[in-house]
Amino acid sequence: MAEQTASGYIQHHLQNLTFGHLPDGTWGFAHSAAEAKEMGFWAFHLDTLGWSVALGLIFVLIFRLAAKKATSGQPGALQNFVEVLIEFVDGSVKDSFHGRSAVIAPLALTIFVWVFLMNAVDLVPVDWIPQLAVMISGDHHIPFRAVSTTDPNATIGMALSVFALIIFYSIKVKGIGGFIGELTLHPFGSKNVFVQALLIPVNFLLEFVTLIAKPVSLALRLFGNMYAGELVFILIAVMFGSGLLWLSGLGVVLQWAWAVFHILIITLQAFIFMMLTIVYLSMAHEDNH
Amino acid sequence: MNINATLIGQSVAFFIFVLFCMKFVWPPVIAALHERQKKIADGLDAATRAARDLELAQDKAGQQLREAKAQAAEIIEQAKKRGTQIVDEAREQARVDADRIKAQAQAEIEQELNGVKDALRAQLGSLAVNGAEKILGATIDQNAHAELVNKLAAEI
Repeated sequence: MAEQTASGYIQHHLQNLTFGHLPDGTWGFAHSAAEAKEMGFWAFHLDTLGWSVALGLIFVLIFRLAAKKATSGQPGALQNFVEVLIEFVDGSVKDSFHGRSAVIAPLALTIFVWVFLMNAVDLVPVDWIPQLAVMISGDHHIPFRAVSTTDPNATIGMALSVFALIIFYSIKVKGIGGFIGELTLHPFGSKNVFVQALLIPVNFLLEFVTLIAKPVSLALRLFGNMYAGELVFILIAVMFGSGLLWLSGLGVVLQWAWAVFHILIITLQAFIFMMLTIVYLSMAHEDNH
Repeated sequence: MNINATLIGQSVAFFIFVLFCMKFVWPPVIAALHERQKKIADGLDAATRAARDLELAQDKAGQQLREAKAQAAEIIEQAKKRGTQIVDEAREQARVDADRIKAQAQAEIEQELNGVKDALRAQLGSLAVNGAEKILGATIDQNAHAELVNKLAAEI
């Protein structure tokens, strides 16, 4: 670590473990940022996928365990914990979503807990998990990012899934014609057919931007917050690498302070992602035009 | 920071987790929650009903107690009355019996007296005749003087 420059250290921390098509025609891991870039679209960030799937499995298995033993009598500690979360999510859904849907509440719960768990990895000191990866693989230059939500692929993947659900429910509730009508006949409408025809492109432009803004805002809000948070952790970690005692001491204080503040951020971002999903989906269900 | 197929993988994982949650996590927990809510509501209902029942039962018990007291008082009153009646009746009966016995005794005394008088009357006749015989020293024809003697006896 000592021979690394600060910028090299930071760049190393912001590089994913990429698995894809190498220039020599075989499949393998990218050894540098440039190589990862060259792989193009058909490459996978194994660290992002691995951590998110592992945390998702932890979520479903723990909750499944509680659900299996769920009793209407006196609940145990685990059931109590799960019930608190489920009641919280259920309450949030009921506040914003007035229709009936078997999907939205479990979806919201999954988003909240999963995003929270992925964000929570950010609280682990930035070098621990990459060092673990180095120890396991034996490769000293292996890039590894533990916080899935700092990878835009993860947040965009989730946001696009939500977007697909938004479009699916819009069409399911309003019909394909109703959905197109919502995009084109609103907010400007006219009784005159000719004027209406002129207004359609304007309406479409406005409504289309509104529609596209939903997944973009979902994905980038979570990614931006977590990426910035991680970057601050990395910068603080650079202080430890400086070799100066007072800077390292300041780093300890800052690390602690930022981690405490980050507890709020990771929870808040998970909640916002969940809440926006509920709101967007309830908007998709509403047929008020 | 490259956008690549990771996002597809993430979406697939996301859908699988949501589906799992929807099928195997959410329904049992929510069912348990609703069932518990129902149990608690039922319990509260039952408690309210029990309180009302208790109140009713207490009212009923009080009423029964009052009725029983009233009945007891009535029975005592009746018994007292009956007692007085029995005493009166017994007194009356005793008086009647006493009168009867007295009358009977009087009749017997009368009868006895009459009998004694008759006997005396009969004996007096012969006694008078005997006395007169002795005084006169002569035998008097009993038949001749029977009418005289009888007259005397009747005068006694």
